[in-house]
Amino acid sequence: MGTDASALQLVLSADPALLAIVRLSLLVSLSAVLAAALVGIPLGAWLALVRFAGREVVIVALNAMMGLPPVVVGLALYLALSRSGPLGTWGLLFTPAAMIAAQSVLVLPIIAALTRQTVEDLWLEYRDELAAMHVGPIRRIATLVWDARFSLVTALLAGFGRAAAEVGAVIIVGGNINGFTRMMTTAIALETSKGNLALAIGLGFVLIALVVLVNAGAWLARRAGERVAG
Amino acid sequence: MHAPLTNLPIAFDDVSVVAGAVTVLECVCLSIDAGAPTVLIGPNGSGKTTLLRIACGLDAPSRGRVSWGGQVAGLPRRRAIVFQRPTMLRRSAAANLRYALAAARIPRASRATRLAELLELVGLVGLGDRPARRLSGGEQQRLALARALARDPTVLFLDEPSASLDPAATKAFEDVIGAVIARGIKVVMATHDLGAARRLAGEIVLLHRGRVIEAGPAARFFAAPETATARRFLAGELLV
Repeated sequence: MGTDASALQLVLSADPALLAIVRLSLLVSLSAVLAAALVGIPLGAWLALVRFAGREVVIVALNAMMGLPPVVVGLALYLALSRSGPLGTWGLLFTPAAMIAAQSVLVLPIIAALTRQTVEDLWLEYRDELAAMHVGPIRRIATLVWDARFSLVTALLAGFGRAAAEVGAVIIVGGNINGFTRMMTTAIALETSKGNLALAIGLGFVLIALVVLVNAGAWLARRAGERVAG
Repeated sequence: MHAPLTNLPIAFDDVSVVAGAVTVLECVCLSIDAGAPTVLIGPNGSGKTTLLRIACGLDAPSRGRVSWGGQVAGLPRRRAIVFQRPTMLRRSAAANLRYALAAARIPRASRATRLAELLELVGLVGLGDRPARRLSGGEQQRLALARALARDPTVLFLDEPSASLDPAATKAFEDVIGAVIARGIKVVMATHDLGAARRLAGEIVLLHRGRVIEAGPAARFFAAPETATARRFLAGELLV
C-alpha cells in the first residue's frame, strides 16, 4: 500500500493490500463473534433460567465484563501465548488465531449478558405455557433462544461492533504484521503515528462503511425473517 | 400397579393457598368428577384461576392435598390448560401445534395427521402458515385450544376463555368446546360470564374470597341457589 496514494484511489483501485486488510478484519471479527455466540448464547440462556445462590453476583460480574479493557485482555492473552507462557507451545502469538481468541474474549460477555436479559424477559412470558406443556429444561432453553432469535441478532451486532472497533487487543497479540496480522484498526493506528493522516482517515471511512454494511445486512435478514415467522 | 386411565375425579382435600399475607384459597374441599363441564364462577380475585392452576397441577397448594383419579401424581400429560391470555410462540400457527405435539411426545409419524385434525377441529384450516402472533384474538384463542388438545387430554382446563372475545368469536370458541365435550373430554372452566356458565355448565362451583360458597348441578344452582351469596351473584349484584 503506497503511502503517497490517497485513500480514495486505494479504494477505487481495489488495492490488493487494502483488500487483504479488509478481508482479515472481517475474518477475525466475524469469527470472534461466531465463537463467542456459540458459547455466549447458551451460557446467557442458561443463566436466565437457573436459580442458584450467587446468581446475581455472576450476572453483575458478566455485565461488568462488557467493559473489559481490550488492552488488558490483549496483555493477558499475550502473557499466556508468549514463548514462556502456559500456552506458548501452541505458537499462536502474532497469528490471526490469537486475534480471534482475543476478540472472542471481549465479545463473549456482551453476547452472554444481552442474551441473558433477552431470554429472561421472554421466559416471563413463556413460563406458564412451557410449564403447562411439560417442556424440560434443555428444550426450554432451545425454545427461548429460537423464539428470541431476532432480538439476539442485536446482541450479535453489539458484539461485532465491539470487535470491529477494537484495536488494543489485536495489536498486542497480532503484532500488526504487514500482510499477515494487519487489520483496519491497527493499520489506522500505524498510519496515524506515521503522519499519513489522509490515508488513516480514508481507512477509517472504509471501516465505518464495513460496519454499516454488516449491520444493514443483519437488519434486512431480521426483517425478512420476522415477516415469515412473526 | 397400573396407572389410572383418567385424571378423574380431581379431589381437593382441605386445600389452602397463601401468598404472603393474602389467603387466595381457604380450606377448599371439592371433587371434580367425570361428566358435563364443571364451571368455576365468582368475581375477579375470588380464586378461580388459582384453583384451576392447582387442579391442573401447575401450582402446589400451601396446605391440604390434591389427587387425580385417587393418585397424588396423576397423569400430567393428559391434562391441558388454556390460559386467559395465551402466549403464542413466535412461530407459525402450525409450528405452534407441532411444538405442542412434540412436547406431548406424540409419535413423529402421526403428528402430521393430528396437526391437520386439530386445525380442522378449531376452524383454522388454511391459517397454518400464518405467524401465530398475527392471528386475531379469537383465532389465537382457538389455536391455544388446539395446542392444549394436542396433548390428547382427559381433562381440559379453560381460564376465562372468552374474556376478551366479541360475541361472534365467543360463539366460534364455544362451538369448538362443544365438540371437545362431545369427545368425552372433561372440561373445567373458570369464568365470570354467567351467560357462558349457563350455556356450558353441568356442575357449578361458586367461589368468593377464596372459599367455595356453593357447588352442585348447574340446573339446580341456577333454578334454586342455596346461599344468599349465590342469589346475589345471580341477580347481578357486585360481590365485593
